[in-house]
Amino acid sequence: MSESVVDPQTTNAAPPLFESWGRYPKYNANLIPLNWQSDFPGVVAGVKNGALPVGLGRSYGDVCLLNGGTLMPTTGMSRLLDFNPETGVLTAEAGISLAQVLDFAVPRGFFLPVTPGTKYVTLGGAIANDVHGKNHDAAGSFGNHVPCFELVRSDGSRRICSPTQNAEWFAATIGGMGLTGVITWVQLRLRHIVSRKIDYEGIQFHGIDEFLDLKHRYQDVEYTVSWVDCASTGKNFARGVFMLGEHSKVPGELTRTPEPKLSVPFDFPGFALNHTTVSMFNSVFFHKQMKQHVRTVQDYEPFFYPLDAVLHWNRGYGKRGLTQFQYAIPWDHAKEGTIAILREIAKSGLASFLAVLKAFGDVPSLGMMSFPQPGIMLALDFPIKPGLTFPLLERLGDMTREFGGRLYSAKDAAMTPEQYQAFYPQWQDFARFRDPLLNSSFWKRVTGDNSTL
Amino acid sequence: MSTQATQAAEIAINSNGNTAKKILVLGATSGIAEATCRIWAAEGAQLFLVARNANKLAAVAADLKLRGASYVGTAVADLDDTNIHPELLAHAVNSLTGMDIAYVALGVLGDQVKAEQDFEQAAQIIYTNFMAPVSLLTWLANYCVQRHAGVLAVISSVAGDRGRKSNYLYGSSKAGLTAFLAGLRNRVDREGVTVMTIKPGPVQTSMTAGMKGAEKFANVNKVAAAIAKGIDKRVDVLYVPAIWRIIMLVVRHIPERIFKKLNL
Repeated sequence: MSESVVDPQTTNAAPPLFESWGRYPKYNANLIPLNWQSDFPGVVAGVKNGALPVGLGRSYGDVCLLNGGTLMPTTGMSRLLDFNPETGVLTAEAGISLAQVLDFAVPRGFFLPVTPGTKYVTLGGAIANDVHGKNHDAAGSFGNHVPCFELVRSDGSRRICSPTQNAEWFAATIGGMGLTGVITWVQLRLRHIVSRKIDYEGIQFHGIDEFLDLKHRYQDVEYTVSWVDCASTGKNFARGVFMLGEHSKVPGELTRTPEPKLSVPFDFPGFALNHTTVSMFNSVFFHKQMKQHVRTVQDYEPFFYPLDAVLHWNRGYGKRGLTQFQYAIPWDHAKEGTIAILREIAKSGLASFLAVLKAFGDVPSLGMMSFPQPGIMLALDFPIKPGLTFPLLERLGDMTREFGGRLYSAKDAAMTPEQYQAFYPQWQDFARFRDPLLNSSFWKRVTGDNSTL
Repeated sequence: MSTQATQAAEIAINSNGNTAKKILVLGATSGIAEATCRIWAAEGAQLFLVARNANKLAAVAADLKLRGASYVGTAVADLDDTNIHPELLAHAVNSLTGMDIAYVALGVLGDQVKAEQDFEQAAQIIYTNFMAPVSLLTWLANYCVQRHAGVLAVISSVAGDRGRKSNYLYGSSKAGLTAFLAGLRNRVDREGVTVMTIKPGPVQTSMTAGMKGAEKFANVNKVAAAIAKGIDKRVDVLYVPAIWRIIMLVVRHIPERIFKKLNL
């Protein structure tokens, strides 16, 4: 890749001050935090090589990095500003995390309208990547639940953006990867709950046909997601567990979640995750669900955020880090594409713990550059292995393109410019909304546009 | 009869005090102060916040109200203007209908390099970090002595324990404050008033943003939790994180003939 990637195996240099979740690539950048809504653009006046607002660094690749530039962590802007218990509309600064929003909302009988698989993302980050969750069928993506937000540009102009006010800026900023300006505050429409509990069901399936049958049978269930074993071939090919959940309708506990205690304190050695250990993990996971069909009531934490219980789990992938491959292929080719790609992954032997399979619904995203589209979505992690991971990812990217799908910028460290521009042909329209001061290593990589003020 | 009435009033104050502490916060938009206030807000405290910047203060106040504070009053004021202190403090205490804790958190780091050449800069640091708190605490201590109750929790710094070339103006202003607090404690403790000297080590806040090694500084929420706990326990001198008590013990005992040659 780029010549200035810090290779952790060959240097003893201190790790960069800000890393993405995949810890690949590693780029050095200057950090200037934004603690107040009035900080930007004043606090970065005169910086060289551009700037980029960032949240908690939970996107995987380089969409939250700017090599040699200035990153502006927004997590100090974490104030709650207003809450209307009648409408459930919360107004908060953009650097607040979903975890903090839940701490506030759950005791009051409210929940996030859409949540990704980690609660350690900021509101600004959730908008910038237009994140989605297990209820995409019914709810669409995160931006569908944002009545408005404030966008500040490097020229000092401030805009309140909504579907009707500054609508083009609203659309460009949702899924806009932080490039259109700094989001200072956000309104979010929360939903009612009466309990922390989730009515959960888990059902085994064997193969994509069974997965699609289950999806049709349970299309009225709010939350659905599947785990799929992509290490296995033969009779176990594409076996998995279809997981369903609904917020319990039985009034129950509405307390805050205690702080997590487990953390991976250091990097695992590179060999810790290999084909054997991953296959073992997948088998254990599959057979933990011993029965064909399990029904239980569980807390929302393990249902939505199973991995948040272990802080820094990404260190399990060692110093070289990991990346994720995540596609959405429209229904036309969804089944054949998914089978072909799963075969290619199984053949590679580079498979990973987490392969998540899900059907996206028909609710259109409001963002110009949003990832979700109706069809099948697959996401899985790959450890970075020199000479192996990137050739595979390029093949998988090309296959995704052939089947009419697209990849998710927030999870990417490998898309080629040709792939990106085919996945997002509207990229040049979007480029007109980019703030001239702001850029990211991702944007430079996939568009070749290196310009900053 | 009158004893019973007094007891009833005390119980009312106590039960009120236990569930809703009345806290005056001076310098409420400082990173450590805001983080501490979030803990108190979650306990349902009544807060009166004073800060210089109206927009920042409004955001902090809205946040603390939503996080559970049972009352949030505010006043925008430049506390360098000591003439306004008596009226401002009387108004604050009146708004809170009493005061259990005064949390004095104003302070500036200042520009050490500039202050080495420019007395105006040096005087500014000393004024904000020492003179203004002395003025505030003089009024507040006398208010508390009259009532034989109250906690005056004041943020000084480990930097005040020994002057170092990298920040001796900030350090000397905090050294003066630490000495003032020790003397004040000696005077008012016997009147039932607690004076607490809080000495944070380097903490990740906007004050220290961009400083070398800032990523290793203490987490502001942990520091705030230690301060809130220290106030509950009426600690006299609190080092946060606690390791700084030992570090500064060592630093204070390095002989001057060696110390003067170190780059600290």
